[in-house]
Amino acid sequence: MGTLGFEWTVALRFLREGRMQTALIIGGAAVGVGVIYFITAVLVGVQSDLIRRVTGAQAHIVLKPPEETVAPLVAATADAPRLASVQARPQRLTTIDGWTTLARQTETTEGVVAVAAVATGAALAIKGNASRSIVVLGTDLNQYMRVVRLDDKLTQGVLRLEPGEALIGVELARDLGAVLGDRFRVQSAENASQVFQIRGLLDLGSRELNRRNVYVDLRGAQSLLNIPGRITNLDIAVGDIMRAEQIAARLRAQSGQLVESWIQTNNQVFAAINNQNIMTLLIRVFVTVVVALGIASVLVVSVVQKRKEIGILRAIGATRAQMLRVFLLQGAMVGIAGALVGSALGLALVGIFSRVLRSASGTPLFTLHFDANLIGIFVIASALLGLIAAVLPARNAADLDPAQAIRG
Amino acid sequence: MTQEGNSADTPLVALAQVRKTYNEGLPNAEEVLHGIDLSVRRGEFAALIGPSGSGKSTLLNILGLLERASGGVYRLGGQDVTGLDDDERTHARHSTLGFIFQFHHLLPAFSALENVMLPALIGRKRAAAQSPAANGIGESASRARAAALLDAVDLHDAYNKKPGELSGGMQQRVAIARSLVLGPQLVLADEPTGNLDTRSSDNIFELLRRFNSEQGTAFIVVTHDPRLAARCDRIIELVDGRIAGDRRNRARTAG
Repeated sequence: MGTLGFEWTVALRFLREGRMQTALIIGGAAVGVGVIYFITAVLVGVQSDLIRRVTGAQAHIVLKPPEETVAPLVAATADAPRLASVQARPQRLTTIDGWTTLARQTETTEGVVAVAAVATGAALAIKGNASRSIVVLGTDLNQYMRVVRLDDKLTQGVLRLEPGEALIGVELARDLGAVLGDRFRVQSAENASQVFQIRGLLDLGSRELNRRNVYVDLRGAQSLLNIPGRITNLDIAVGDIMRAEQIAARLRAQSGQLVESWIQTNNQVFAAINNQNIMTLLIRVFVTVVVALGIASVLVVSVVQKRKEIGILRAIGATRAQMLRVFLLQGAMVGIAGALVGSALGLALVGIFSRVLRSASGTPLFTLHFDANLIGIFVIASALLGLIAAVLPARNAADLDPAQAIRG
Repeated sequence: MTQEGNSADTPLVALAQVRKTYNEGLPNAEEVLHGIDLSVRRGEFAALIGPSGSGKSTLLNILGLLERASGGVYRLGGQDVTGLDDDERTHARHSTLGFIFQFHHLLPAFSALENVMLPALIGRKRAAAQSPAANGIGESASRARAAALLDAVDLHDAYNKKPGELSGGMQQRVAIARSLVLGPQLVLADEPTGNLDTRSSDNIFELLRRFNSEQGTAFIVVTHDPRLAARCDRIIELVDGRIAGDRRNRARTAG
C-alpha cells in the first residue's frame, strides 16, 4: 500500500473487497464490448465481401462520353406547350475527345488512385458452330490491373495481353468449348473481325460477367470497334470506395463527361450497406448505454454499502475531491478491465463464427485477426465510459455528510 | 492551518455561544445546543458526560468539524474555524484532530497496519505540496510510525490482520493508533469503550491516559460510564443542550 497514492489504493481495495459486484460489472462491460467487437467484425466482413463481389470486376468510377440527346428546336414554355413528340436518339458508339489530357487530369484529382483507358463495345465470339454475344474490353493490362485486380480472378493461364491474345471468363470458355491456348474469332458490329488466342481464364465473381467479358489489348479492340486511337471509357479506382460518389461528382463537374460511380450503378447494394451501418450504429449505441447504466448502478449500490467507510475516510481527512476520484477511478478501472476481457470474448466469438459463417462463395465471411488498434480504442473508450458512468455515484460519495454516514 | 497567538495560554478549543439547530428554517426545526461556552486547554483530558439526547454527540461533531454550528464562534488552536469551507475543515481535521468512534470504524479491506497508515496516505500529496521538505510523512516513515503505535497498543502480532480477524478490544486499539498517527493536538473519542467488557475498557482507557501524558495530546472523551469519567482530569456535563456542570476532578488531580 502507499506507492500508488490514496485514491488508487482505496479504489483498488474497494473493487477487490466487493469481488462479486466487481466481477459482475466487469462481466457486463465485457459482454458489451465483446458484442460490439463481434458485430463490428461481422459487419466489416459482410460488407467488404459484398463490396468485393459487387465491385470486383468493375471500376469504382467509369467516365464515358455524354449520351447523345435530341435538342428540340423550340423550347417548351408554360403558355406554348411543346406538341412535337421527341424520340430518344439511338446511342451510337461514342468516344472521349482528347482522352489523354483528360486521363492525366483525372489521375491528379484528389481521391483517385488509378486510371485506365478502355475501348469497349459489343461483339460476337465465334468458335466453330458456337457464337456468343460478348463485350470486348481493350486495355493496357498493366494500367488496367491498377484499377481492377485480375490476378486474384485468374483460374488458369497467365495474365498477359500481347496483340492477338485474350483473357476470357470461364463460362464463355465452356460455352465456346474452348480451353487455354485455343483460338477464337471476334466479330464486331462494325464488321471487323480478329482472331485471339486464350491466354487466361478468369472467374469474375458472377456468371453474367464470366459469360460476357473478353479482355484484349487496346489496339486490337480499337481496330475491332473501328475507333482507331480513341477510347470509350476511362475506368477509375479511388482510395476510399465509400466516397466514390463524391469523387464522381467532382469529375463530372470538371470534365463535363458522363461519370458513374459504383454506388450509382449498384444503388440498392449501397442503400443496403447504409441501412446496415445505421442499424449497427444503433445497436452499438444501445449496448454502450446499457453498459454505462450497468456500471453506474453497481457503483451507486457500492456507495450506499460503503457509506460508513466513506464517512470514516472523510472524518480522518479525505476531501470531497479525493472521494470523488476514488469512485471515478473505480468506474474507469472497471471499464478498462471490461474492454480487455470483452476484446478477448469478441476475438473468441469471431474465431468461432468465422468457421461457421461463410459467404456465398464459400470463403469465410470474416477473418480472425488481432487488431491491437481496435482493442486500444475499446480500452480508451471503455475507460471514458466507466468514468462518465461513475460521475453520479462518485458525486453521491463526495456529497455524503460524514457525521450522518458515521452515525449509521 | 495558520495559527494566530499560538502560545501555551491560548486555549486549544474555545467555544463561544455555540448553538446548533437541526432542520433550520423548517417547521420541525429543533435547537439541540443552546449557547455553549467551553474552553479546553492543550494537553487536557476531559470527560463529556450527560444523558442520551443531551447533545453530546452533536457537540463532539461540532468540535470535530464534522458538523457546522448554527451560531456562535469556534476557535481551534487560536484560529476561528466557524466559517471555513468544507475543504478547509477537512484539512484542519486532518492536521489537528484525531477520531475514535464507538464502533471502531476500521476499513475492513485494509490490514491493521494499513488502517493506521491511512491518514498519512490521505495527506501525503497535500503535505508534499505545502512543504516539499515535509518529513515524517513519506511511505517508510509513516509505516514506521504506524508500526510503533501498534506496538504501543500491544498489537505487534496483528500488523497484517484484517479488522474482521481482531476482537472488539483489539479493533479499538487499532483505531486509537490510527487517531494518533499524525500526532494530533486533540483526539475526540465517542464512547470508545461503549461496547467493550470492563477489562478491555480499563485497558483502552489506560492507553488513552498514557498517550495523553506521554505526548501531551488533549482528549475529549464522551462516556456513559461514571467509573471512567472519574478517571479524567475534568468532567463536563451536558444536560438538554446546556453545560450543567464543569468541574476539575480533584481526586484525579490530587492522585
